[in-house]
Amino acid sequence: MFTKRIIPCLDVLNGRVVKGTQFLNLRDAGDPVEVGALYGKEGADELVFLDITASSDSRNITLEMVKKVAETIFIPFTVGGGIRTVDDFKTILREGADKIAVNSAALMNPQLISEAAEKFGSQCVVVAIDAKKRADGSGWNVYKNGGRIDMNMDAVEWAIKANKLGAGEILLTSMDCDGTKEGYDLELTRAISEAVSIPVIASGGAGKMEHFYDALTTGKADAVLAASLFHYREMEIRDVKNYLNNKGISVRH
Amino acid sequence: MIAIIDYDAGNLRSVEKALLSIGEQAVITRDADVLRKADKVILPGVGAFGVAMEKLHQYGLVDVIKEVAVSGKPFLGICLGLQLMFDSSDESEGVEGLKILPGKIRLIPDSEGLKIPHMGWNSLNIRPGAKLFQGIEDPAYVYFVHSFYLDAENKADVAATTEYGTLIDASVEHENIFACQFHPEKSGDTGILILRNFAAL
Repeated sequence: MFTKRIIPCLDVLNGRVVKGTQFLNLRDAGDPVEVGALYGKEGADELVFLDITASSDSRNITLEMVKKVAETIFIPFTVGGGIRTVDDFKTILREGADKIAVNSAALMNPQLISEAAEKFGSQCVVVAIDAKKRADGSGWNVYKNGGRIDMNMDAVEWAIKANKLGAGEILLTSMDCDGTKEGYDLELTRAISEAVSIPVIASGGAGKMEHFYDALTTGKADAVLAASLFHYREMEIRDVKNYLNNKGISVRH
Repeated sequence: MIAIIDYDAGNLRSVEKALLSIGEQAVITRDADVLRKADKVILPGVGAFGVAMEKLHQYGLVDVIKEVAVSGKPFLGICLGLQLMFDSSDESEGVEGLKILPGKIRLIPDSEGLKIPHMGWNSLNIRPGAKLFQGIEDPAYVYFVHSFYLDAENKADVAATTEYGTLIDASVEHENIFACQFHPEKSGDTGILILRNFAAL
């Protein structure tokens, strides 16, 4: 039975896991390799490491982390943050990452998606989209630079374009819901999942068990991502999986 | 010593790291003599069938792989490595595979609600007695990433299957020849046990 994936996300700042709300107010939450290994033991289906500093001086710290994760944890993991070129892909994949998430760089240079897909395969190209509802409620706009800059571009259209260019997966974060614990943006998730042929990972807003269920059913997501819930032990991955399993959602357990 | 064949195909390090974690010696190589001397050989791979075959030809690896496969030494293909071991693929028409075992690589058919690629964890139906799956209990979940799948000609070679819109031959076993469509090196404890079973052959 094919299963839906539960993916913990680790936001990494200067080699430490941090978590804030709505992209602000960061708090320290541990060593990324240790936290990742713990999640692996607890049944995480994949891991996502986002380097939220993404400056050139933190690149070596990130590479060292990727190397250690690859030596320790034998489930797929994605690395994102500050990846700008095909060479960056190569460096990080070579250290053992399975997938690379690109966000701002893909917006600035969409050819990066097709070049990376051609060179390393679509399976390792994850296009991360930060989306926020437009003031008039007519849809969602894409933001770049960690949610700081409005691209004035429709999120659904961008997802379709990324799919066509060769992305293997969409990591979709709702900026409106992120950190609120009031549930994923189901409307946004569903709109994008229905518009593309590749898997969509819903992100931003998980606070209760049923939020995961809603994203995977109403939202039509293929995978769900959460960060602070798991970091602060408000919820165990296993409990989420048991809950989903009891509700008839196929999960690895 | 286990040799991992290097033809510029992606996940070499992951396979190496997984083998190192279970105390095996592994070497990544495209040297024919090293492949001949190795106790076991792994053909990994991520990417497109045609490009990969072109690389194998370019590095002069086709003949030595066939030679190693008939030598009786345990041989394991992973993901694209499995696909390359068969006759041909829908992905790259006109390109001949390694033809170590008979079978075709086909495109996963479109079906309602299923995304392509088949990306994520799926459960296996394991043939009782299959050597790679000794000690693995149901339900065994492993990690897949692929758009094309194996339809083996000799179903007696099939060691495990999975379902994704269609029946997929997920693993084969024929004498000393083994292959997995999924990634054991990324399939958590189940995958590590599969690699241990291979290493113990």
